[in-house]
Amino acid sequence: MERTRPSVKEAAALSVEALKAGDRAEFARLVDTYSPQIYRLALKMLNDPQDAEDVLQETFIKALRSLPVFEGRSSLATWLYRIAVNEALMTLRRRRGEIVSIDEERESEEGEQEPLQIVDWCCLPENELMGAEVRRFLDEAIAKLSPALRAVFLLRDVEGLPVRETAEALQISEAAVKTRLLRARLQLREVLSAYFKERMERVKLEKE
Amino acid sequence: MCQQEVEHDQALCRELLATLSEYVDGELKPELCAELERHLRGCQRCRIVVDTLKKTVALYHEAAGEAPLPDDVRSRLFVKLNLEDFRKES
Repeated sequence: MERTRPSVKEAAALSVEALKAGDRAEFARLVDTYSPQIYRLALKMLNDPQDAEDVLQETFIKALRSLPVFEGRSSLATWLYRIAVNEALMTLRRRRGEIVSIDEERESEEGEQEPLQIVDWCCLPENELMGAEVRRFLDEAIAKLSPALRAVFLLRDVEGLPVRETAEALQISEAAVKTRLLRARLQLREVLSAYFKERMERVKLEKE
Repeated sequence: MCQQEVEHDQALCRELLATLSEYVDGELKPELCAELERHLRGCQRCRIVVDTLKKTVALYHEAAGEAPLPDDVRSRLFVKLNLEDFRKES
């Protein structure tokens, strides 16, 4: 299920040397290449357009400041995602007045929560599975995840980063990425199953 | 998880739950994959969990799309970064 990101091709053309040397035109190209995905990530992390815009701006301000010391150990995309996720977590912390950390998700030893919703909704017609209302619900379901699970899920399944890059962006181990991804996906499956179960019942009623 | 199948027990269903994410990504080790698929053939509950998990991930992949940055957001970003001279039409 690995997907290719269109920006990868453009990114290949960006010169890290020019960026590090302070080339403004090259920085503008960096901004245009990555701002849509950084904004999307921030929007889905925070569920608020104003906060997402603040995170977007702060990400590139910090990137501009840190470029001279960018070591190129990770890709530019991964590096930008890392800055953006940290900014988003700081925003959540300010908003809630509590500690929100990427390390908050303790890896539980007793394993995963057993699936409760056992309904096969895969057979629903395509128009029931993908409309504006469903898309809104998909976003609402993401917002219900803890920030630590949300960050992993967004980078891996929405942005399409490989496990290794997700781990680099979040500065956690690959094993932690895998555990959290499983947990996030299982939680979303529960929420979506409950939602589509209702839709299945409605479709059935309409047919009768 | 599997009440109707005699040869499988809840412990196995729970154990295999840990492998589902990698299975959905096609990254599960061959021997574990074979074990899971053997189990799925006899366990309807796990089959439903796997199918709906796959579909959940697929729906998010489909919905991801590449939305462009809203024009006003882009304009303010370029102003903030003092990059207005380099702002080409999007």
